[in-house]
Amino acid sequence: MLKLEKRPQPSQLWTWATPVLAVLITMVAGGALFAALGQDPVAAISTIFWQPLFGEFAFYYRPQLLIKGAPLVLIAIGLSLGFRAGIWNIGAEGQYIVGALAGAGVALAFYPAESALIFPLMVLAGAVGGWAWGMIPAVLKLRFGTNEILVSLMLVYVAEQLLAAMALGLMKNPEGRGFPGSRNLRQYDSAHNAELITGTGMHWGVVAALIAVIFAYVLLSRHLLGYHIRLAGQAPRAARFAGVRPARLVLFCLGTSGALAGLAGLFEVAGPAGQVSIDFNVGYGFTAIIVAFLGRLHPFGILLAGLLMALTYIGGELAQSNMGLPAAAIQLFQGMLLFFLLAVDLLTNYRIRLATKEVA
Amino acid sequence: MVLSSIDPALLLASLIVASTPILLAALGELVVERAGVLNLGVEGMMITGAICGFAMAVNTGSPVVGFVAAAAGGAILALLFALLTQLALANQVASGLALTLFGLGLSSLLGQGYVGIKPPPTTRLDLPVLSDLPFVGRVLFSHDLMVYVALALVALVWGLLKYTRAGLILRAVGENHEAAHALGYKVVRIRILAILFGGACAGLGGAYLSLVRVPQWTEGMTSGAGWIALALVVFASWKVGRVLLGAWLFGGVSVLQLNLQAAGVAIPVEYLSMSPYLITILVLVIMSADKSRAPGSLGRIFHASQ
Amino acid sequence: MKLTHLLTSAALALGLTSAAVAQDKTKVGFIYVGPIGDGGWTYEHDKGRLAVEAQFGDAVETVYQESVPEGADAERAITQMALQGADLIFTTSFGFMEATLAVAEKFPNVKFEHATGYKTLPNVSTYSARFYEGRAVQGHIAGKMTKSNIVGYIASYPIPEVIRGINSAYIHAKKVNPDVEFKIIWAYTWFDPAKEADAATALIEQGADVILQHTDSTAPQAAAEKAGNVVTFGQASDMGEYAPFPRVSSIIDNWAPYYIARTQAVIDGTWESTQTWDGIGPGMVGIGEISDAVPADVKAEALALKAAMAEGSYHPFTGPLKKQDGSDWLAEGEVADDGTLLGMNFYVEGLTGEIPN
Repeated sequence: MLKLEKRPQPSQLWTWATPVLAVLITMVAGGALFAALGQDPVAAISTIFWQPLFGEFAFYYRPQLLIKGAPLVLIAIGLSLGFRAGIWNIGAEGQYIVGALAGAGVALAFYPAESALIFPLMVLAGAVGGWAWGMIPAVLKLRFGTNEILVSLMLVYVAEQLLAAMALGLMKNPEGRGFPGSRNLRQYDSAHNAELITGTGMHWGVVAALIAVIFAYVLLSRHLLGYHIRLAGQAPRAARFAGVRPARLVLFCLGTSGALAGLAGLFEVAGPAGQVSIDFNVGYGFTAIIVAFLGRLHPFGILLAGLLMALTYIGGELAQSNMGLPAAAIQLFQGMLLFFLLAVDLLTNYRIRLATKEVA
Repeated sequence: MVLSSIDPALLLASLIVASTPILLAALGELVVERAGVLNLGVEGMMITGAICGFAMAVNTGSPVVGFVAAAAGGAILALLFALLTQLALANQVASGLALTLFGLGLSSLLGQGYVGIKPPPTTRLDLPVLSDLPFVGRVLFSHDLMVYVALALVALVWGLLKYTRAGLILRAVGENHEAAHALGYKVVRIRILAILFGGACAGLGGAYLSLVRVPQWTEGMTSGAGWIALALVVFASWKVGRVLLGAWLFGGVSVLQLNLQAAGVAIPVEYLSMSPYLITILVLVIMSADKSRAPGSLGRIFHASQ
Repeated sequence: MKLTHLLTSAALALGLTSAAVAQDKTKVGFIYVGPIGDGGWTYEHDKGRLAVEAQFGDAVETVYQESVPEGADAERAITQMALQGADLIFTTSFGFMEATLAVAEKFPNVKFEHATGYKTLPNVSTYSARFYEGRAVQGHIAGKMTKSNIVGYIASYPIPEVIRGINSAYIHAKKVNPDVEFKIIWAYTWFDPAKEADAATALIEQGADVILQHTDSTAPQAAAEKAGNVVTFGQASDMGEYAPFPRVSSIIDNWAPYYIARTQAVIDGTWESTQTWDGIGPGMVGIGEISDAVPADVKAEALALKAAMAEGSYHPFTGPLKKQDGSDWLAEGEVADDGTLLGMNFYVEGLTGEIPN
């Protein structure tokens, strides 16, 4: 009989090996899934993982990885801080939307003036918008003890309706012939979140994501607040003795993750997406949760996990158009990845032993 | 006046129908959470139940077989969650989210051949005298079978939790799993059974959507109903009777918003559409101010050696 | 700029090699906003694709990607298709407009066809259908068949296309039934069966016995069937499984003739950027079989109306017509011009309620 024995310390080896192992298992399981769907499993897996990086048109797809991965990493970094402390922000999608609306609102208010100050203002607005939306569950939690998971989630739906209201009403393009959607911000030079080095896909959002990774690393490993966050998650009662004030953590974590999600939304609306439209949000806020866990809640892990997730998206689209693989199969694949990761994660905290009969 | 064009009897009848899917899902989740497990994967289980039920109903021509299959489908998906959280000791929040994602993808895949097909109709109850009563007849006695099954389930769960030994043990496990374990109760086994029950109920709720309420299969058709069910459980302070009230409230708000639009009431549509969610938050706040606590061990990982 | 050069040279290289290999297949790509199994909008576009395959056989290869979200993902999907060597790409949703234009600029040798859009480039055409002609037929039948004089309309988004449809249906219902009233629900979705079912039920509960819809699922038909005596019309595709009642007719999007014509133009090398807006005449808008639940005289009138529009002798927006606020719009005999129709943001006189925002 197999027995689980808790390790005194989480295993260092397994902390880094589990994501790799999970990815490998998912590739095998995914391959089996694709085979069951009548596709060549090896071709499918290589289309998803290999082609975008090293295939024929990799010069186009590699920058796309950065474009797709940047918002995921940015949001996931913010989420990971909260998750470590046991504060569950599930509403990042809503904060992303509100940040985008705030930033786009600033840009549209200034249109058609051109100034170098507009973009920084937009960035600020995006961060504040996301922060404010994240503050709602924070304040309700602190004041009334309301569960932040559900409040932040309900706010996602509210934000989506707000997005529709804006795209059809206040922010609608007056020169758009009555069609929904705002002006295209990519054509408004002061507001455009352009590539810094053309052809690399590196826009300000990518830069922000990298800065966030470094900031989170420094915070968690060197700063007192980071220490408190880690402690609160692992040993809540000890944390209280150590002087951690839960209220401060709640405000900080929800606020920061809200601000980062809002930033991601702003960079997206001013860059790759280009306009405020009804279907602007594509689920980054939820995928970022997977990225956070896949990256073991560690900043560098999240960076890698975000790129990996972006790879599955882009490779998945490639598989769809080249091999006719249904879009649903890719979603299933991503769900499987998280599943296997969580299952394999067991090995980090527990040791598997053969149970021996104990002497009475 | 404008509002007079809304018929209250029909409105209430619609409300009851609209509330049934979330009622079923919330009931299952309540049992799971009372046992101390937080399963965020309700959305995934509901939609898996929706496609399993739909597919089986279409293939066999019988909606009853469909519902049974839906319960089974939801339970099987829940089993994955159970294995992950109870045996592999994974984080419950992340596992629940993984379940949702997995369920959405799986259902889309399974449903590929079933879009646009008409399912076999579910019989409407037509009691000889009762259904013809002027107001009450339409509101209470003319629904399809599942509405009554859901209501019966409410009574059953309430009775079980409150008056039986099994219910007591379940609640004990949820309040303090260490103590329950010390008393010799098989915490893991009880939780797994609760999780399976929750999955079956969520599956039934999803099938109600695809077989009765719409009735059709579409990808992602639950549109957040699973999350509303989760909110419902908190709203109800983990008490069965309040789950019923909450389900009617949410069903009512969404139905009312459409009726108000049709009646020509001049509130902007987006705000009407936001209302169910805003009301949920409001209600959550009010309920949290109430001192009823969640089950003591909710969300905490149980491992006997700890 | 560097990336653009890279892409163009890649495309050119690809184009040269493929031309060098043989006078081989023309590759036609399709970008869909929803799943091909939706039984509505995307389903009909895909039928057009299949018609192209059937028509040209081995001379043509088609590829498609479904459920493409609008925004950056759309741009990537279209670019992907262009990189893989497509010669002609159909982007089948309004929301793909900016993405289509952006990619078109990078691939000047690839032809693009954008559905329901209004911006063109030398290698981008737009096309759409005059669905309001179909609405005229529906309105006529609705006006005649309603007994409660309340017609329910499940609208999607307050955009000109939808408003045109409401106006056209109302004008023709009112012509045959001066007491008719339209109740409109804005569902804010193109396809959400649960919401559509609820909307239909709400309208029926408010007394409507005819339901028109600008949303794409069959849920309203199912709700109507459940309720009993409610008439419905199929939308985007025939929805024949609900014939002969409640579905008494339908508007069918028929993209096949246009798709075949454009593919032929690419093969012949005669393709040019155009803006097409076709109706019943050229076959882009199909009227589904009017079932026997409709009285014979009404059916005859509806068919006559259809024929008149097909040959161009009748335009659904012919004066005298006034706007909802009472101001004059069209004089006696005057026909609405395409410009006004394309940007339509007002109701005609007689419709109650307001257009959101």
